Amino acid sequence: MIETDILIIGGGPAGMTAALKAADNSAQVIIIEKYHQLGGQLIKQTHRFFGSKKEQAGIRGIEIAKQLTNRIKEHENINVYTEATAQGYYEDGVLTVSHNNKFIKIKPKKIIVATGASEKMLGFENNDLPGVYGAGAVQTLMNLYGILPGERVIMVGAGNIGLIVSYQLLQAGVKVAAVIEASGKIGGYLVHASKIRRAGVPIYTNHSIKKAIGEKSVQAAEVVKLDDNWNEIQGSEKIIKADTICLAVGLRPLTDLLIQAGCEMAYIPELGGDVPIRDDNLKTTNNNIFVAGDSGGIEEATAAMLEGEIAGLKAVSEVGHIDSNIFTELKRLKDELKKLRSGPEGKVIRQGIKKARGDSNAGKNRYTHLR
Amino acid sequence: MRIKEHPVLEFKRDKEITFTYNGKKIKAYEGETIAASLYASGIRVLKASSKYERPRGLFCAIGNCSSCHMVVDGVPNVKTCITKVEQGMIVQEEVGKGDIID
Amino acid sequence: MLERTGIPTSDDINSILPDEERLKKGPVAVIECFREIPCDPCYFSCPFEAINEFDDINDKPDLDFDKCTGCQNCIANCPGLAIFVVDYNNSMVTIPYEFLPLPKKGDIVAGLNRKGEKVCDAKVVKIKDPEKNDKTAVITLKVPTEYLMEVRNIKVGDQDGR
Repeated sequence: MIETDILIIGGGPAGMTAALKAADNSAQVIIIEKYHQLGGQLIKQTHRFFGSKKEQAGIRGIEIAKQLTNRIKEHENINVYTEATAQGYYEDGVLTVSHNNKFIKIKPKKIIVATGASEKMLGFENNDLPGVYGAGAVQTLMNLYGILPGERVIMVGAGNIGLIVSYQLLQAGVKVAAVIEASGKIGGYLVHASKIRRAGVPIYTNHSIKKAIGEKSVQAAEVVKLDDNWNEIQGSEKIIKADTICLAVGLRPLTDLLIQAGCEMAYIPELGGDVPIRDDNLKTTNNNIFVAGDSGGIEEATAAMLEGEIAGLKAVSEVGHIDSNIFTELKRLKDELKKLRSGPEGKVIRQGIKKARGDSNAGKNRYTHLR
Repeated sequence: MRIKEHPVLEFKRDKEITFTYNGKKIKAYEGETIAASLYASGIRVLKASSKYERPRGLFCAIGNCSSCHMVVDGVPNVKTCITKVEQGMIVQEEVGKGDIID
Repeated sequence: MLERTGIPTSDDINSILPDEERLKKGPVAVIECFREIPCDPCYFSCPFEAINEFDDINDKPDLDFDKCTGCQNCIANCPGLAIFVVDYNNSMVTIPYEFLPLPKKGDIVAGLNRKGEKVCDAKVVKIKDPEKNDKTAVITLKVPTEYLMEVRNIKVGDQDGR
């Protein structure tokens, strides 16, 4: 049995900042990460980050990942297990983990779940053909392994991920035939859209993909125009030549562990799906379990890093390492996060967060697997 | 195809290794995953689905979806998207659901 | 419109341009950022404090054209690559560029508008080494005056698929 102060599940941006914040305040910290390296999705983000300069804005995601990883490696209070997958949480507060073909047991005082998100899938004919990928897969191939995912791509989805990955495809030397978006407007930041438009990439709003065409792998895609009620307009089908169809149709929080641990959950579409009910210090309905980053609600990396710091700090304040500065710092971080979310881009998130605090509306929909 | 020059990234390809895929020798670099190396060699179809034999290849590339299962050194259902290549590995296309090793 | 196409309209552009008198005084930054998003590195990047301090991180950048000298420091610091510097008197525009191949000083390249269409030839007058700006090249182009407010990207030589 391995004992520790704070166990962090997931070594992406939220998990890493939580670990550093807690460890800087004298807690003993363990991070378990299922991939072979820390960094989560940051390790594929070649673009400069938005948000506040004080919270790494202007720096490329890959660089942020390197800086955080190095700080963690050098920190004597943090132990990292990579290729380690959490298996389950038990009533006695033990978390079981599979690591190097061994089954290990960890008993932490506090847990921070920072398991991130997974990509949503889109249903269309032949969506299982080789050449149809999630946006993350395209980034993994291009940016981690330096391998072209294809030569001519159709991007489905004009949210930030669809727009950013389109730009990254162009940088890798891949032609982006089109970006198609089912709704009537571009969902991502317009500066991202402008960058790809001035590189000649068309964006077709009110379009969806009907089928992938090809025998052994993708050779083309049939797209169709949608009316204002999301119905296909008959006769508007168009064939676009492509050898790759990249799906960037949204993310949903990875909450299996939270559900299994019995945390109260609610389905909150504004946050991408089922999320745990939590207070504004990110504590779930289990007094010893916190959540940070996309696993609590789909947002983006800057918010994830701030949430990691908040959860890490609050957790450490509950394991006996109390310093009066912690509370001032906690307030500062929560204010930063509030400011980040205060503009028009944050409207939907704000609505979701309110519900996730267990306010009246979400109350009716709360559920838990605890008997 | 491997990206040779990139405006932001540098790819370290120090050690060249070879492995076999369905009997064919494939060139790869240390640090690549099996699936990535196969893709770089133009191989995008990694297996056939177990019931309808539809072609399958990478989908998530991060170990979640199981679209990339192959038989590696006799072991079936290996997630080739998160398994690093090693010199002399024997990689084969999986037929059906793979056999349990005795 | 911008939400549908990703392309700023002429009204959008006019809302962030200085007047003709200022344009004729010397180079000036043109910040093509039209929506309130949480982002503030531009403010921190200006050595002349020409971009006013953000009250709220979601504010659009507010540029004081009189303080701006067109020094180009902001161009590589904008995460959205949305800032350009226009030099009316010399008919030159400076753009951020993160693609390969990079052009060389003196090259003639295609000047592309915001839709990615070629509108003119552009001569590369200066190119700042991308290594100096974390891989973002900053390229100054000489273009015909009538395209000064159009050219925002380039195409170098015969690039397959870029």
